[in-house]
Amino acid sequence: MTPGRLGGAAQLGVLCILASVPLFVAPYETGILARILIFALLAVSLDLLVGITGLPSLGHAAYFGIGAYAAGWLSINVTAAAPVPLLAGAAAGAVAAAATGWLAVRSTGIFFLMLTLAIGELIFQVAQNWESVTGGSNGLFGIPAVSFAGSPLRLVGYVYWYVLGGFVVGYAVLRVVSGSPFGAVLRGIRDNEPRMRSLGYSPFRYKLAAYVLAGGIAGLAGGMLAAQARLVTTADIGFTTAALALLAVVIGGAGTLWGACLGAALVVLVRDALGPRLDGHGPLILGLVFILAVYVLPRGFAGLAGVLVRRRREQPA
Amino acid sequence: MVGWFGTNLVSILNGFAIGSLLFILASGLSIVFGMMDVLNLAHGALYLIGAYLGYQFAGDTSSWPGFLTALGTAALAGMLAGGVLSTMTEPLARRPHLDQALLTLGVALVVAELLAIGYGNDVLRVNAPPGLNRSVQVFGDTYPAYRLALIGLGALIALAVYVVVERTAVGALVRASVADREMVSALGVDNRRVKLAVLAVGSGLAALAGVLGGPIYGAGPGLDERVLILALVVVVIGGLGSIKGAFVGALLIGQVESLGRALVPDLASFMLFGALALVLIVRPRGLFGAPKAAV
Repeated sequence: MTPGRLGGAAQLGVLCILASVPLFVAPYETGILARILIFALLAVSLDLLVGITGLPSLGHAAYFGIGAYAAGWLSINVTAAAPVPLLAGAAAGAVAAAATGWLAVRSTGIFFLMLTLAIGELIFQVAQNWESVTGGSNGLFGIPAVSFAGSPLRLVGYVYWYVLGGFVVGYAVLRVVSGSPFGAVLRGIRDNEPRMRSLGYSPFRYKLAAYVLAGGIAGLAGGMLAAQARLVTTADIGFTTAALALLAVVIGGAGTLWGACLGAALVVLVRDALGPRLDGHGPLILGLVFILAVYVLPRGFAGLAGVLVRRRREQPA
Repeated sequence: MVGWFGTNLVSILNGFAIGSLLFILASGLSIVFGMMDVLNLAHGALYLIGAYLGYQFAGDTSSWPGFLTALGTAALAGMLAGGVLSTMTEPLARRPHLDQALLTLGVALVVAELLAIGYGNDVLRVNAPPGLNRSVQVFGDTYPAYRLALIGLGALIALAVYVVVERTAVGALVRASVADREMVSALGVDNRRVKLAVLAVGSGLAALAGVLGGPIYGAGPGLDERVLILALVVVVIGGLGSIKGAFVGALLIGQVESLGRALVPDLASFMLFGALALVLIVRPRGLFGAPKAAV
């Protein structure tokens, strides 16, 4: 099998396993897996910026949170019929990304990191102060269960499948975009922006498009969060979530998309599964993991896998 | 016009007090970044260390020895932490600058969590030293004496930093390193030692700011992020590596934070973003940024 086909088969296999999880796994663990999928989609959308376009963002949780608030607010006040809240979340994330991205993508590198950090914090403050819509520091609670063909989805397994559906759609969009000529232009901008400009491409437009797309997918993930947790708090839109998403991308290996999923799984497992046993101080472990990862895994898990594959290829057949 | 000043005097003074604090905080961040391209995301965590040291020594009672001890230990602890950060980023010197920023982000997460474990999640009070812990009359308004002192101290520190950077041999070295690090290195100056010294001083200033800000903001989780964001906005507006820029930016953001909040409370969060956006559109490198500054 060619590496491409092998990858496709592996993805299909992973999808089958993921789809069958509620049939074999207890509800609590299924819920954690759903949270991993949500966070993984956030991380993958961030990877489009960090790994593929070369724009390290520390404010990506803003669009995730906006999507979650939008989906939650819509579910409470208008309709909870699937997939309307998810679409609303994606749209809200994309609009917010467009409204702030035109400023952010003028810069690159560390400057971009600083700007997105500032933008993310400002959106966080808006969420905290706009109590009539977001519930302020109490959070937006009482989000009704998502309804499918008229009846609400209450069982953990059904909600999981709903989340999995959102994840597959979001991941597929990012996969297709990353493999398209558009994705190639983004990589070109990452590697050599002046050359892309001299070839006639407008880096500003491409970067803005990538930023809006990433914001939209992050909003979709936020919509999934509103459906799964049925509670949105300011923690979901804040700095820590943004930092953890970046951590997931870095640990997983920027630019590979699937690496970010592995990183996200590790982050959620430490934060949600291990965290309660540590008095909620999971971020301590994550911070240490982060420091370690920067030193020893410059290319993340994906880099590790890349080394193994290369070694195998170098051996004579 | 006079009447307008009269009604908003307290907000304007508050803006200057916040501006003083921001300058002490942002000048270190700006020089470290402008000089070494190291974005120190742990800068807010250093401020938080200072704030908790302030609580430790001046939390229960209001006393000069307590407050001065807090200032002294914070300056030492900050400089030490800056040295550690410098050593930690050294192995990453040949890697992309982003990796160093990520490392400091990890350090910031760890430090903030350790402080939360040690001191809990409540916002703790820090007392102003005696004599400054009361209010005084300013043109008919009552105003906390401590904040007036902070404004004065901020001006003093700004003057000191200005004299050191602009008028001494050490300052010339710092400015030369901001302008062209490789050339300074080629002239026989050990880059790593300059970086160590600058990070130590910058981090010491951040921790000092934490103690000084204590009587206004207290000490609590989340404070590190807030001050880091404000300092970053100041640095971006002022221009990287420019002390003058940090000074003007700090005064500007101080007023946006205080006067802006008082005049249009609903739009306060947007005004910070608006100020940032406006400056970056008109002058993408900040108000006093060098035209060739690294991107």
